[in-house]
Formats: sequence, structure tokens, C-alpha cells
Amino acid sequence: MTDYRLLITTTISNMNPDNQSPLLAVNNLKTYFQLDEGVVKAVDGVSFDVHPGQVVGIVGESGCGKSVTIKSILRIVPPPGKVVEGEIRYWPQKQATYEASGFDGSVDLAKLDPRGKEMRSMRGSEIALIPQEPMASFSPVHTIGNQLIEAIRLHQKVSKKEAAEMAIERMHEVGVPSPEQRMNAYSWEMSGGLRQRAMIAMALSCNPSLLIADEPTTAIDVTTQAQVLSLLKRLQESHNMAIIFITHDLGVIAQMADYVVVMYLGRVMETGPADEIFHSPQHPYTKALLESIPTVHSASRTFLPTIAGSIPHPFNRPPGCPYFPRCVDYMPGVCDQLTPIIQPVNPKQAASCFLFSDAAEDVEPATVKSKR
Amino acid sequence: MTQLIVKRLLLLPVLLFIFSVFSFIIIQAPPGDFVTSYIAELASSGSSMDQAQIDALRSTYGLDQPLTGQYLKWIGRILRGDLGVSLDWQKPIGELIGERLGLTVMLGLLTFFLSWALAVPIGIISAVKKYTLVDYFFTIFNYIGIATPTFMVALIAMWLAFSWFGVSVTGLFSSEYVDAPWSLARFGDLMTHMWLPVLILTLSGTARLARIMRANLLDELNKPYVEMARAKGMSEWHLIIKYPVRLALNPLVSTIGWYLPLIFSGSLVVATVLNLPTIGPMLLRSLTNQDMFLAGAIVLIYCLLAIIGTLVSDILLAWLDPRIRMES
Repeated sequence: MTDYRLLITTTISNMNPDNQSPLLAVNNLKTYFQLDEGVVKAVDGVSFDVHPGQVVGIVGESGCGKSVTIKSILRIVPPPGKVVEGEIRYWPQKQATYEASGFDGSVDLAKLDPRGKEMRSMRGSEIALIPQEPMASFSPVHTIGNQLIEAIRLHQKVSKKEAAEMAIERMHEVGVPSPEQRMNAYSWEMSGGLRQRAMIAMALSCNPSLLIADEPTTAIDVTTQAQVLSLLKRLQESHNMAIIFITHDLGVIAQMADYVVVMYLGRVMETGPADEIFHSPQHPYTKALLESIPTVHSASRTFLPTIAGSIPHPFNRPPGCPYFPRCVDYMPGVCDQLTPIIQPVNPKQAASCFLFSDAAEDVEPATVKSKR
Repeated sequence: MTQLIVKRLLLLPVLLFIFSVFSFIIIQAPPGDFVTSYIAELASSGSSMDQAQIDALRSTYGLDQPLTGQYLKWIGRILRGDLGVSLDWQKPIGELIGERLGLTVMLGLLTFFLSWALAVPIGIISAVKKYTLVDYFFTIFNYIGIATPTFMVALIAMWLAFSWFGVSVTGLFSSEYVDAPWSLARFGDLMTHMWLPVLILTLSGTARLARIMRANLLDELNKPYVEMARAKGMSEWHLIIKYPVRLALNPLVSTIGWYLPLIFSGSLVVATVLNLPTIGPMLLRSLTNQDMFLAGAIVLIYCLLAIIGTLVSDILLAWLDPRIRMES
């Protein structure tokens, strides 16, 4: 364990993750929503690893289960959503959270009580969240200072005054001008960019090892977006944090991520280092996604390629591979019958497609106990 | 904040003036006046007055003057702190309603605080434990509370008290204390009578408020700031009380403005049923007898209470919500 911690401090962000034990290992995660109309399999067998200091980008269309995946990791899935299967192994980096860890130094977050003390000691302290809408994520009736001090004092035994000083320091670090005055401001008195910076300051306040950024730039305008992204990149390097970056914007992924997880309808389609995903995508879905990005080199006055069809309704999921109705490489009798399992396609990439491997899930689908 | 309060206080006399005009007009609206209803009363008991007597009576009360003149005379006296003399009771109005007003306000405030103290926790529990047994229990309780008229509850309570314990629960004082001067014993006696009307009035108030609180809180519980508080690692109850409850209280606080006068006027029927010495029954009687000065004074006092209620709710709102503070 000790040498492991030593490793983290010497980790560089672009390291090769293969010879390092991970910080987070999500294994066959399934998060289902039991509704009156039926079961929505928001996350259906997602696996990926996050290594210390690594930026993992999760990319996919709206409704593909990105947000539910990270809410499952934080164990804040709103009811009736439930983590029904799978493991979320996390290796705590702080003395205070060691107690919960097992023999290999990891904790299965999926097994913890979402409201219990152990899980709460992870949130904010080990794993912090940067939400999608900073405006709505700050309470409008409490000052920024109040909410930052609260975040600090939840996990660190410091006085209010010390916490206030720490908060001001954090705000200064993320580039909030005159942070002392901002402490008494309300979120709605600040600009979108500043709000997101204050939110980042709050997320960093307890020195988390893993930062989860849930589309942190969608709610702010493009010029501020670039600033926030470069700020995140700088902070990630100086704090040596791992980041799970969620977005539907492939441009942002290219700029931020070391490693990419491509999701579709609650399942992982392809994973691999960012370079490989962008330069030699394997899965037909990844290929189609990349083709639909406009470039400056493309001929003018031509139609931008789009993915045919639309995302199926959650209650009307196709059997077999979820992507087959829209897939250009659809193989009748295979793709619509069996569900592929993610398999390595080369030493760096893995894909869930029958083009590369025959591996399929058992025909008997996983049944959920209908319990409310 | 102080600016807001000063502004509202300056508005008070203007509002009172407008209300006084309207209440005077409304009270004068029914055909006839006090003398007509007095004559009718005399006629029903077999005696009568001649025209000279009637005219003399009218001129003593100023009823023969035009409406504007009557109003100016009335409002002028009120500005000098004199509420006038009740035509019906032949007593100064101040003396007549003094104690009743105190008892009414006391009944109203006790009802108000009790219903808030019950409704807010009930609303919170129902919202947080949505669609559980606890929620269903309170939902049924609330529907009964809203749907049952308070006078009905009062009648049932009277009947139960009489048939089970053989006691009569009407009035606010035992017979030996009704006209006694104030003392600790009289106050104690008041309290032993006060709890039942308070409870009856609280039932519907609590139900209404708890429904509002539950709905408000349900709206707030799904807001991103609640999720964010959870992601920070706050404990569930701590975060619920600090964030969504605080925001869900806002719309509830703004109901104080109309809730206070509602308690005062809403208690009228219950007070009549239970024979309480409060202002409500007196207003009813003054209106049926066209005792315009008494009715006018009472309506004006109700208006004042409504304005005070609104003022209190505005101040509380500004204190609770910085967004409102900034606007003003």
C-alpha cells in the first residue's frame, strides 16, 4: 500500500496504465430504474478502469447512461434507480478512508450503504463532483462561502475561520478574482464562468484523488468553456488527480482525455487510449460518431454524415446488440440475437462487437427481482 | 432590509385609508340603516315609533347626512382614537371589543403557531418518505382536515365531550370567571377552555399547510443543489433541513399574509358554534343589525391585521431569501 501511494505522487498524467494498479475499477455495473411501465436499464454491464492521475473521457449521446454511471459511482442515483449488479472497486488514498477498505486496499462502493458513513466519507473527500449546471447546483439562498466552508469542514477537522482561509485560497487557485469578496456573494450574482470556477474550487477543497466532471462546460459559453477546460487540465496536473470526464462533445474529449470510453444505450461500445480511438476507431458506432464531426477540410455545401435512425426508446430496447438497428455492419441472425461482450481487439483497444469476437452474453437475460 | 420595512410602514396609512373607504361603502351597501332595522325589531315585538321620533333618532346618529359626510365624521373620530359608540349596544366600541379582540388575537396566534409547528414537520416527513405508509397516513389525515368544515368538527367535539364526559365545552371561561377581573386563576381557566377551539381550528390549518409544504419540498428535493450536497458527503437529514426545506419554506411564509386574517375571520363560524367571546360573532351580529360603526371598526381592525400579516410575511421572506432582499 505504501509503495502504491509513492507511485501516485510520482505519476505523470500520460503514463501507461498497464503496469499500475487502478484507482477505480468498475466491473459489470448495472443500474436499473424500476418504473411502473417497466425496467429501464440505464447502465447495463459497464466496465472500465481509472488509473491514478489519468483522465478518462466517457462519451456518448444523451441518454446513453453516462450520467447514471457516475452517479452510481458516487452512489447518488436518484430513486427508483438502483445499482443491481456489479462492482465499483475504489482504492482509498486517505488515511481516514482506509478503514473501510478490504484486504487488497480497495472498497467495493457498490456494496456500501449509499447514505452510510463510509460512503459519505468517500464523497467529496476521495471522489468529488463537478456538476453540469453550477447555477442550479449552488443553493441560491446560501453564500458561496457558506457552501465552500461546509464542504471543507465535512471532511477536515478545522475551525470555521481556517476553513474560510482554505476556501479563499482555493478560489484564488482556480482564478476567481478578489475571492474574499466572492465568499459573501450568492451564486446568482456571479457570471457562468465564475460560478463554474467556484464549483471547481469546492470540488478541490478536500484534495480528492478522483474528480468526476459531468459535462462541466455545457452550461457555459464557448469562450469560457476553453478557459475552464484548460483550468481543469492544469489543476489535474498540479494536483495529480484522476478525472472522469463526461461529455457528448468529441472535441472536448480530444482535448482532455487520455483514455476514452464510448457508451451507447447503457453499454460500453469501445474503450482505448484517446489517440487510438480518434485515429483508428474499431467499433462501427465509434466510426460513425467520428464521421459526424464537421471538419475544416471537408468539402463545402455537402451534407454532414449522420448516424441513421435514432436512439430507441428505453422501454423498447432491441434484443441483442443495442446498436444493430443503426449499424452499417449489421449481421442478421447474429447481432439481433446475441449480445456481444467487450473483448480486446488489439493490445490497446477493446470493443463490444461481433466483427471482432464471437463472445456473447448468455441467452438468458439477467432478470431483475421486481421489488419496489 | 430596514429600507424595506420603512417602505412598508409608510404604505400602511395609505392602505388603511383605502380599506376604510371600501369597508364603509360595503357596510352601507345593504338597503336601510340601523334605524330601519331597529324599527323592524320594535314592530316584531309589537311596539312602534312615530315619524318625529324616527327623525330625531336619525339625526342623533347622523344618519340623515349624505354618505360622504357620514364617512368624514366617522374617520375623523377614528383618527382621534375614538372608535365611536355602538348603536346597538349603546356602549363605546373600544370598551366593547377590547377584551374580545385580545382573545381573538390570542386564539388566532395560538392556532397559527400550533398549525405551523405541526404542518412543517408533517410536510417534510411526507415529502421525504413519499409513497410510504407514513405519507399515506398523513395524506388521509390532511384530506380529512381539509374536507371537514371546522364548525362540523366543533359540533362533533361538543357532542363527544357532552356524551362521554358530560361536560359542556362552549365558551372560553367557566361561569364564575366570565365577568371576573383578570387574575392568574382566570387565565388558567381560559387555558382549560382555549385548547379545544385552538385544536379544532388547527386541524384544517395544519392540513392545508402540510399539503403546501409537502408539494413545495417535493419540487425542491429533485433540484441539482440537493444532489450536489449529497455528492459533498453531507448526511441526508442535515442536507435536507439545510437546503431544500429552507427553500420550500419560502412559498409557505408568503401565505402568512392571508393566513392570519383567515384564522380571524375563519374562526367566526366555530366561535358562533362554540359560543366563544371573540370578535367574530360580534361582527356577525353588528352586520345583521346594521350597527355600522361597530361593523366598520371591526372590519377596519381585520384590515389592519391583514396588513400586519403581510408585513410580517414580507419581512420574513426577505430574511429567508437573499434574492428578495436584493430586489427591494
